Amino acid sequence: MKPSREQSLAVLEQMLRIRRFEEKCAELYSAGKIRGFLHLYIGEEAVAAGVMPALDADDAVLATYRDHGHALARGVPAAGIMAEMFGKREGCSRGRGGSMHLFDVSRRFYGGNAIVAGGLPVAAGIALADKLQHRARVTACFFGEGAVAEGEFHETLNLAALWKLPVLFLCENNLYAMGTALSRSESDTDLCTKAASYNLPTASVDGMDVEAVWSAAREAVDTVRRLGIPYFLELKTYRFRAHSMFDPELYRDKAEVEMWKRHCPIATHSARLEAAGSIRPADIEAMRSRIEAEIDQAVAFAEAGSLEPVEDLELDVYARAAPSNEEKSS
Amino acid sequence: MTRTTYREALRDALREALQREPRAFLMGEDVGRYGGSYAVSKGLLEEFGEERVRDTPLSESAFVGAGIGAAIAGMRPIVEIMTVNFSLLALDQILNNAATLRHMSGGQVGVPLVIRMATGGGRQLAAQHSHSLEGWYAHIPGLRIVTPATLEDARGMLWTALQDPDPVLIFEHLMLYNLEGELAEEAGAVNLDFAAVRREGTDLSLITYGGLLGKTLQAAGELAQAGISAEVIDLRVLRPLDERTILESVARTRRAVIVDEGWKSGSLSAEVAARIMEKAFYELDAPVARVCSREVPVPYARHLEQAALPQVSGIVAAAKRVMSHA
Repeated sequence: MKPSREQSLAVLEQMLRIRRFEEKCAELYSAGKIRGFLHLYIGEEAVAAGVMPALDADDAVLATYRDHGHALARGVPAAGIMAEMFGKREGCSRGRGGSMHLFDVSRRFYGGNAIVAGGLPVAAGIALADKLQHRARVTACFFGEGAVAEGEFHETLNLAALWKLPVLFLCENNLYAMGTALSRSESDTDLCTKAASYNLPTASVDGMDVEAVWSAAREAVDTVRRLGIPYFLELKTYRFRAHSMFDPELYRDKAEVEMWKRHCPIATHSARLEAAGSIRPADIEAMRSRIEAEIDQAVAFAEAGSLEPVEDLELDVYARAAPSNEEKSS
Repeated sequence: MTRTTYREALRDALREALQREPRAFLMGEDVGRYGGSYAVSKGLLEEFGEERVRDTPLSESAFVGAGIGAAIAGMRPIVEIMTVNFSLLALDQILNNAATLRHMSGGQVGVPLVIRMATGGGRQLAAQHSHSLEGWYAHIPGLRIVTPATLEDARGMLWTALQDPDPVLIFEHLMLYNLEGELAEEAGAVNLDFAAVRREGTDLSLITYGGLLGKTLQAAGELAQAGISAEVIDLRVLRPLDERTILESVARTRRAVIVDEGWKSGSLSAEVAARIMEKAFYELDAPVARVCSREVPVPYARHLEQAALPQVSGIVAAAKRVMSHA
């Protein structure tokens, strides 16, 4: 199944939106407005933008520390994300999480997990709850290829396949676990072979081609929902920017990065749409100006946000407060 | 009253949980077909079926994490980890997810999960099956740590833990499973907030929890014969600590000995001692003393293991030393 013209335009706009949002984040980081770790999704936009339309509002999504693109594509408002990175109370995690820990339970977006592979077991559990409660929902769990080296990856794929849990495992293979190339960390770099050994369906797709991602995700989500089983989808992608703002990028050639940039998912997709006569340059300009306005508003919202009073520092560690002495004597 | 054991009380609590709470289910290694490594869940698979009593692969991180996910998504999972020693394989999930998600998500994601595990030494199981690491877990904000030491608490802590909106870790000392005694027919839920005074006394406070409550009470009995009136406090909840009960007792007795099966360095006993120093220093007539495990991995040979773990004689000796201060 291929996306319709409207769907194709929507994913293009989503990719442009993520790209621009990330560029703005880099700018604001340099300006000192955003601090901590900042991992940008530039180059990988086709993955989140292509997968997310396949999911229903009731489905659950888990992401990694490189989570801005997933949050945006899932519908978490850009303003809440930006305010979060500004450390403001209006942030989508009340300023407690920052860039790596965006949450929005109202959209079943269960956050960026910054422990590599740490989200996989949780995804299996959410899917288990759906299965036990007889809900035909899908839990989509994004992670990088670095997670494949972690025990939690293997434990979770085994458990999900054994118990037939409706989890869509989405492996964003950008070839580097921080600075360690896949070939320097895996005995077999064919990740589908590894996943398939747990007895679940697998597929691999060009993660720089958003139409291919869109179609592969449809197929995968449909399989998970229809059969109630897990599915492993590898998305071959590439990050154009450094791992984080602290990364001097000593581990890969500039020529390699330049080569991949020629496969920019946004350029590829817009060229295809233009060639097919589905879009005119003016349409793209209109998208860009909508996006610019939205991001300007998000930054203004974040700037205008308030700081959580320090007296509230210990809120939300426990849901219930410690009992008072009166309760004890009663 | 009915005659029962700690193990049976735990099993009755599990049975009640599965009967009364449709969202509850039990999962862990060998909890079903085998009946539980310590036979706590024996018979529950037959009674409740495979959906609610789930044998897991030996994947501590995956099944604890799955418990977290299921709790987030509306279930009330009870996860059994065979022993605290194996829980280290799931430490990432317990600390980085269960304890952290509520705060890190700005209050959006609660994890109403119960994790039960055996702890402690005394059965010659050597270093990888005998440690007492509950004090480590008590270090972590976001967790509630409870240590049933009596039949009432074995019977009653689980139900209360299941009502808690946050993760609760229940530590069952392996030497207690065969503990026998009388339990009220109507025994049920107990609070998970307060320490309990298990024996009243006026000369010093013996502060302990879990598997060492029995030895500490025995020591108090011996001290009574020597004319020393020891109060025995069972902490019950290691986090959040019921500081008030500790401080009130110490204010009365003016002396304290902390009895903890964990190692002394950086331990729960150190935390309790520090709280007494911070808040009751001027009430004290003698320095606080501690009886803890010796600082070795618990060895296999019986005489060495016994020497490594706190014993009644050591508690009595420590109490007498504290009493010898003018």
